[in-house]
Amino acid sequence: MSSQLRTMAEATAKGETVDVLFWVGCAGSFDERYKRVTVSFVNILNKLSINYAVLGEEETCTGDPARRAGNEFLFQMQAISNIQVLNGYGVTKIVTACPHCFNTLKNEYPELGGNYEVIHHSTFLQQLINDGKVKLKDGGEFKGKKITYHDSCYLGRANNVYEAPREVLKALDADLVEMKRCKTTGLCCGAGGAQMFKEAENGKKEINLERIEEAIETGAQIVASGCPFCLTMLADGVKNKEKEGEIEVKDIAELIEKGI
Amino acid sequence: MNYLSQVLFVLTLGIFSYLISQRVKKIANSIKLGRNQWPEGEKAERFREMLLIAFGQKKMFKKWIPGILHFFVYAGFLIINLEVLEFIVDGFAGTHRIFAPLLGGLYPILMNFFEFLAVAVLLACVTFLIRRNILRVERFHLRDMTKWPKLDANLILVIESILMLAILSMNAADQLLQPLNEHYTETGNLFFSSFLMPVFSGMSENSLIILERGAWWFHIIGILGFALYVTYSKHLHIFLAFPNTYYSRFTAKGKIQNMPIVTREVYGMLGVPAPETTGELVDPGRFGAKEVTDLTRKNIMEAFSCTECGRCTSQCPANITGKQLSPRGIMMSVRDRAETLASLPADQREDGKSLLGDYISKEELNACTSCNACVEACPVNINPLEIILEMRRYLAMEESSAPASWNMMFQNIETNFAPWKFPATDRYKWAENVKSE
Repeated sequence: MSSQLRTMAEATAKGETVDVLFWVGCAGSFDERYKRVTVSFVNILNKLSINYAVLGEEETCTGDPARRAGNEFLFQMQAISNIQVLNGYGVTKIVTACPHCFNTLKNEYPELGGNYEVIHHSTFLQQLINDGKVKLKDGGEFKGKKITYHDSCYLGRANNVYEAPREVLKALDADLVEMKRCKTTGLCCGAGGAQMFKEAENGKKEINLERIEEAIETGAQIVASGCPFCLTMLADGVKNKEKEGEIEVKDIAELIEKGI
Repeated sequence: MNYLSQVLFVLTLGIFSYLISQRVKKIANSIKLGRNQWPEGEKAERFREMLLIAFGQKKMFKKWIPGILHFFVYAGFLIINLEVLEFIVDGFAGTHRIFAPLLGGLYPILMNFFEFLAVAVLLACVTFLIRRNILRVERFHLRDMTKWPKLDANLILVIESILMLAILSMNAADQLLQPLNEHYTETGNLFFSSFLMPVFSGMSENSLIILERGAWWFHIIGILGFALYVTYSKHLHIFLAFPNTYYSRFTAKGKIQNMPIVTREVYGMLGVPAPETTGELVDPGRFGAKEVTDLTRKNIMEAFSCTECGRCTSQCPANITGKQLSPRGIMMSVRDRAETLASLPADQREDGKSLLGDYISKEELNACTSCNACVEACPVNINPLEIILEMRRYLAMEESSAPASWNMMFQNIETNFAPWKFPATDRYKWAENVKSE
């Protein structure tokens, strides 16, 4: 299989047009665990011969954590520089596997001059499944497996994307079970609002443990997520509860890659 | 005798109107402490939201038991107050049940409906008292529910119950008087209050008149007193829920308000010509919020619309896991601070204190995950998150006192363009894993 992975710079140099930019995000670029999700998603894109490109080294932080930690200057420096790059390439459509990047690109860049159609990879995958472009194996390895989906706050409440990731999981023929707190009342993993980058304040308990206990209660073998921060927090929770043998935390792209 | 009661009535109404208008002014002044900025949105869209959320109480029905009970109290409040219209006309004119002959057969139907509502309100209030004090629903007993908010909630429920009992007693006495005294207009059978008639049936005509008049005065003074009390209490939501939902935010919950003043500076720093900005750039004086005067009028109005139900706090991941933060506490602090500042003379609104530090701590602000659970939970669309984020802006940009690890994160973004300390040149290294597969 020849890889179609290329950067915007490479595509532009060859005079090729690009349908969709894959915004990888910092976690997808640097975090060892989430790099595997990036690769899974790219493998899917390649397999389906999607005409896409990435920014490669030209991508920089969207500024999301800076803005949420109160540093508006730094956020806008990042946003305006990124917009210059994106507009320079004439980008019109962006897909990303990070709900934080998704939210910022979609809702916060337009005011600063960046207007794109931005979709999260769960919606992107759902559309491909609906269009019949993704053919999932019959009786694949997820058939009848109990999977629970953890709503990322920045996908769910922040942007009302609740169904797309669930539709994707249903397409795997899996037994989708819900946690008590789900969808609009889903419990945060504890990492949003730049908490990922600091220790939690003093309290009785870590938020990710509160959440993983709820996931364990469902009896699911897989906790599915669509967010790098949630993935880290939940995987840490599983480790803390010493349930590594019984429960896996996976991104939906990884599950689909296996299901194809 | 009749004139005396009319004069007393006019006097009572006058005194209460004056007192209430003074309170309304005070609250308006508190709200006006904020910046005159309101969320954008189409009028039709706003109106629709107000009808759905405030009038239709859509979000209350997420918890259906309190939802239905609250709906009874609310409908009772709105509809039984129609009867107060008759009270007022009678009070001025010295008449008794002036609408009875005018409405004919409709009158007993209406009265019976009002009585049904009165009973429903009474039952709902008693259930609420039980939930609060005996079943001890957790959100009514969290740390931010100190003495006064707890007492306030109970007082309201007790007052409402007594008012409803007064209506029923008044109607019972009235029905006993109708065959005895021609001043008491025939109302037909009033179902619910007729159960109270045996209680009063041994009383003389005079005692019954005293009871009926007493209950009438008690009810009208009770309602006026309640209206005045409401202005001091969390119960203001019965009025403010309407403007508050009208001025809801309609943008995606994840979107943080832009700061155009920063945009202009950043363009300057990058040496790029700024695109033409629409509207005037107002210099905010300081970045973010340290004091209620740095918040918007909408933010402060939200604080006065809060009924301290605690749905927000019971959904807050930080609060659930024992952190200091309570979104309800944030709203209560904003309200307390605004009231304190507004009661100082306009030219010396300085008492050596500020919202940040004296009312809301850094630790609370730093605990927020910006997950929007509080925003989603609020039945009247209050947004505590916006206030939290404005205060974080003050901490980060004016005081440079963000937590040390956040300062590290800022530094990483500035130097490596990523929140972690990885060299920017490693950003595309993941691609090697694709090629090798």
